[in-house]
Amino acid sequence: MAQMTYMEAIRDGMRVEMKRDPGVYIAGEDVAQFGGCFGVTAGLYDEFGPERVMNTPISEAVIVGHAVGAAAAGLRPIAEIMFVDFMGCCMDELGNQAAKMKYMFGGKAKVPMVVRTPCGAGMGAAAQHSQSLESWFTHIPGIKTIMPSTPADAKGLMIAAIRDDNPVVYIEHKQLLGLAGEVPEGEYVVPLGKADIKREGADVTIVAWSWMLQKSLAAAEQLAKEGINAEILDPRTLVPLDKEAILKSVAKTGRLVIVHEEVKTSGYGGEIAAIVTEEGFDYLDAPIKRVTAPDTPIPFSPVLEQAYIPNEEKIIKAVKQLF
Amino acid sequence: MAENKEKLLEMYTTMVRIRTFEQKAIDLFAAGKFPGFVHSYLGEEAIAAGVCSNLRKDDYICSTHRGHGHLIAKGGNLQLMMAELFGKATGYCKGKGGSMHIADVDLGILGANGIVGAGMPIATGAAFACKYRKSDSVAIAFFGDGASDRATFHESLNLASIWKLPVVFICENNGWAISNAQTSHQNITDISDRATAYGIPGVSVDGNDVVAIAEAADAAIERARKGDGPTLVECKTWRHRGHFEGDPAIYKDPKDQEEWLADNKDAIARMEKKLVGLKYAGQDYLDKIKAEVREEVEAAVQFAEQSPDPEPAEVLTDVYTA
Repeated sequence: MAQMTYMEAIRDGMRVEMKRDPGVYIAGEDVAQFGGCFGVTAGLYDEFGPERVMNTPISEAVIVGHAVGAAAAGLRPIAEIMFVDFMGCCMDELGNQAAKMKYMFGGKAKVPMVVRTPCGAGMGAAAQHSQSLESWFTHIPGIKTIMPSTPADAKGLMIAAIRDDNPVVYIEHKQLLGLAGEVPEGEYVVPLGKADIKREGADVTIVAWSWMLQKSLAAAEQLAKEGINAEILDPRTLVPLDKEAILKSVAKTGRLVIVHEEVKTSGYGGEIAAIVTEEGFDYLDAPIKRVTAPDTPIPFSPVLEQAYIPNEEKIIKAVKQLF
Repeated sequence: MAENKEKLLEMYTTMVRIRTFEQKAIDLFAAGKFPGFVHSYLGEEAIAAGVCSNLRKDDYICSTHRGHGHLIAKGGNLQLMMAELFGKATGYCKGKGGSMHIADVDLGILGANGIVGAGMPIATGAAFACKYRKSDSVAIAFFGDGASDRATFHESLNLASIWKLPVVFICENNGWAISNAQTSHQNITDISDRATAYGIPGVSVDGNDVVAIAEAADAAIERARKGDGPTLVECKTWRHRGHFEGDPAIYKDPKDQEEWLADNKDAIARMEKKLVGLKYAGQDYLDKIKAEVREEVEAAVQFAEQSPDPEPAEVLTDVYTA
């Protein structure tokens, strides 16, 4: 085990795979000497050289689109899109090309590519640099969508994403980049589609991912002091989703709160709530609650932004409403 | 190239194969044999035939919604193509793609494409893979005059230029972006002028002269194979049909239509005249080629008609690679 930050863990995952597989390369805006907008690829240019860590122009469509062609031709690209908010500039390449190529071709294509992109509010970056948009991707069959919440998961899921033969959107949270933790060394793989119980509890299940997982853990500590023992389930990957793990936890606790930073309407929490209603209704002793951002763009003012972001207080309040 | 009898006859045969297949597809669609869209390549045969005559099996192409011609010219199997148009289990895509998504990855065909202008980034990426692996394979992006207005055109040519990628951008300027004449959607005459903006060579050729196309493509492909980067080749041609089958193309001037379809403009009629003039073939030999191709296409139709539909459960397979 090594102590490293979430950002270092993402980088370590990429490094491990680039050493192991010469077909893995990185392309994106400012990813080379500059090390990426948030520094995630720092040092990889020096280590792997200009043929494998490549700056692109500000051209999101061809960053993702070229990755589709390179992947179909046998490479394993890691394409970086500087903010998840910019995915609108390459949604055709992801949603109509990468996602559908295998199916449209009758199964006779493989598109092993990773699109890495940071999400999340909390840094005063306003409406076009702060969003959480995971449901844009989970809505499109053919894509896998993963959102690590800890340094160890960040590394293990990165390695799994690169090795996966499908297009994977790997969403890293800006507020987690500096989070430190224990990370296994070497080829540490966290399988896609396997949830993780980050805190065991018997009274209520809280499903949360990315930054909200950390906020839910903090909320759970508060709740414990008040006698409510929350189980915190981190799906880690939204597609594929480990719904058995969610149902099993709800069967144990009888209560479910879903926390995400996405806006409420059409957010992925609605999907999880629907699954539990369809397949685990009898387990429920109380209505399912969602703690989410409101249905608004993200404001700039720190006061407004804090009002926007789901927090421990809102999580605790939602949990208490179930008892 | 004009002296290369075999190559000229091969290109002629490819053009005849495309035209015969397309005419048959039009008739079958009109007869209600299969649903969806047919975007006919009639009139543009010389471009696919000329360009692909310079390609190897390990070269890549990215095609368009008007893609049957490219697939045939790159060596696509007519039976599997026709079965796909019919949506049959034996089709190239097991009936999951249809006309706009036929692909044969083993032949380097990375698909027709239902999105105008979407093939250019993919071809750019395939070319990147060729360069990354240090092979001398190349990628071709086919697209139309309408697609040359898309952001993907700009982003792809720019990236291919700065990364010096072995990709050739073949613009099939057929005069029409759906119902919009070229003059109404861009303020230039030669789309190849746009190459200047990317610091790459751009040439315009007669898109109904298969030899001129083959020569221009050959120069661009050789340049790409040597590592000198991309080229934009504009082939000026004419879409014989509407945008899709069923489009009556009322926006076309009948006089223009008549001129372009006349024997002195049509690519196949011109090639026949050339072959006979050079004494590379007599009319009887050319007629024999046509008859053989007709049989080949009829066999493809028979194969398609006799093939089974996919099992309904197939809807759920092939979404992800395990």
